[in-house]
Amino acid sequence: MTRRSMNFPTDLKYSKTHEWSRQVGPKVVVGITEYAQKELSDVVFVELPKMGQEVKQGVACCIVESVKAAFDIYAPISGKVVEVNKKLESDPGLVNRDPYGEGWFFAITPSNLNELNNLLPSSGYEVLLTQGAK
Amino acid sequence: MNYLPLTEQDRQEMLQEIGVRNFDELIRVIPEKLRLKDLNLPSGTNELDLTRELRELASQNQSTAQVLSFLGGGYYEHFIPSIVNHIISRSEFYTAYTPYQAEASQGTLQTVFEYQSMIAELTGMDISNASNYDGASATAEAALLSLRHTGRNKILIAKTLHPEYRETIKTYCFGLHFEIKEIGCDPQGKLNREDLDRELKEDVASLIVGNPNFFGLVEDYSGVAQKIHNVGALFIMSVNPLSLGLFKSPGEWGADIAVGEGQSLGIPMSLGGPGLGFFAVKRDLLRKIPGRLVGMTKDRNGRRCFALTLQAREQHIRREKAGSNICTNHALLALAACVYMAAMGKEGIRKVAEYNVRSSVYLREQIAKIKGFEIPFKGTIFNEFVVKCTKKSPEEINKKLFAQNIFGGIELGRFYPELKDSLLICTTETKTKAELDRFIDAMRSL
Repeated sequence: MTRRSMNFPTDLKYSKTHEWSRQVGPKVVVGITEYAQKELSDVVFVELPKMGQEVKQGVACCIVESVKAAFDIYAPISGKVVEVNKKLESDPGLVNRDPYGEGWFFAITPSNLNELNNLLPSSGYEVLLTQGAK
Repeated sequence: MNYLPLTEQDRQEMLQEIGVRNFDELIRVIPEKLRLKDLNLPSGTNELDLTRELRELASQNQSTAQVLSFLGGGYYEHFIPSIVNHIISRSEFYTAYTPYQAEASQGTLQTVFEYQSMIAELTGMDISNASNYDGASATAEAALLSLRHTGRNKILIAKTLHPEYRETIKTYCFGLHFEIKEIGCDPQGKLNREDLDRELKEDVASLIVGNPNFFGLVEDYSGVAQKIHNVGALFIMSVNPLSLGLFKSPGEWGADIAVGEGQSLGIPMSLGGPGLGFFAVKRDLLRKIPGRLVGMTKDRNGRRCFALTLQAREQHIRREKAGSNICTNHALLALAACVYMAAMGKEGIRKVAEYNVRSSVYLREQIAKIKGFEIPFKGTIFNEFVVKCTKKSPEEINKKLFAQNIFGGIELGRFYPELKDSLLICTTETKTKAELDRFIDAMRSL
């Protein structure tokens, strides 16, 4: 599949490190992009952040492990972890099957919503990918 | 390939390339006084003479083969069934390196898997790794795991844990910013519970204890795991695996990590190594354990097979973020332990453990009756115990015993200045009643 045919919903914000962020009321829900899950291949384990953990924008806060490798997931926004997707513990494959839906990782109550402005819109993220993602 | 030594011309060319005139100039950064000046070696000799000379030198060694030994303290003299050496000496196993290629190493991988299964069962844990280097480094790895897992920076270590293990933990973790707090022992030689209660707070990553502890005492850890878990810390037990044939396992005590020295399982004492570190955890720590791990699976034709697994934890994939730098194991020694456990079986291991207890309890009772000796710690023992010498110094006693071809015991002052008048004496299934009585007579006649 080419990048062009991948799905990057326009209502989400994107990090250069391939996380997406969705603002839902007072919370920001975080997951990884379709591109990221494809690069990872089959996800076998997600080490979620702890509930109540303080996270900082751009700092690693959890780990996703596939049959190929293990990668850090970076918090797209600073704040406190208020929800984690427990379903990933028993079914990590959700990250591959539904990266923008059931495969979400955690939700943060942001300490500074303005930080969302540091993230990319879907068009900007697609440009990043065509330029050669890291 | 032939061995091709360097010619003088090779040397000159290399020195020239580096830009020095001669070898002395190359090594001038090494202080003069540290340089070897005169090796004083005799000229060459023939093989027959050489063998004779080396045999003569070797005969000056005093080993447990000639001397009646009561030394323990982490390395123990045990009977090793001859099958152990026969199996591990097979060329298929006696190879140099860890099996990466599942398609070429099914036999080796299966033995590692069986080793892991037996260690997990013996320790009462869910998963064992493919082994670490020795008990000390396995214990240090457990300490590191607890720091990673909890994100805290304080470790409590029982002062009764093997002193060299405590040293190793300190060395191993040098440069990492965390604090080690030692928990003292009570007058019975056991973990001081009041000390523990005082130190056990929400900033503690783990408590590490030995069982039997360094004084040979098998402790009752009732309620300890609960207390530790209440503050969100991990309970790490460093155990003698052979003692688990009889005593409660780390799993039964509620430990999160079981580690220890596996030398008791079919590995000779040699000169104090190489040993075998075992490392087993409860399921929720599976992805945090260091080192290799072999799993059982099915190939595409549905046949049972074995492969290294969960490698995403490891350094070659996780790079600098890996939990541990350990990327290999002690495969041959793990195989020895595997063959030993399989050969002895559950019944055999229980019987050996019983012999150890019977032998050490008898010896302790008899020594207690001799004038000049006292037993300071009276608790349950596995195969060693502390003896306080009230009339002569431990050094003097050992000297006199050695004159009678006996290795007495470990002088505890080396590790615990407050116990400088005490010996740690060990006996195992290898000692006959007659040998024990010979030792008792020798002690009496001092």
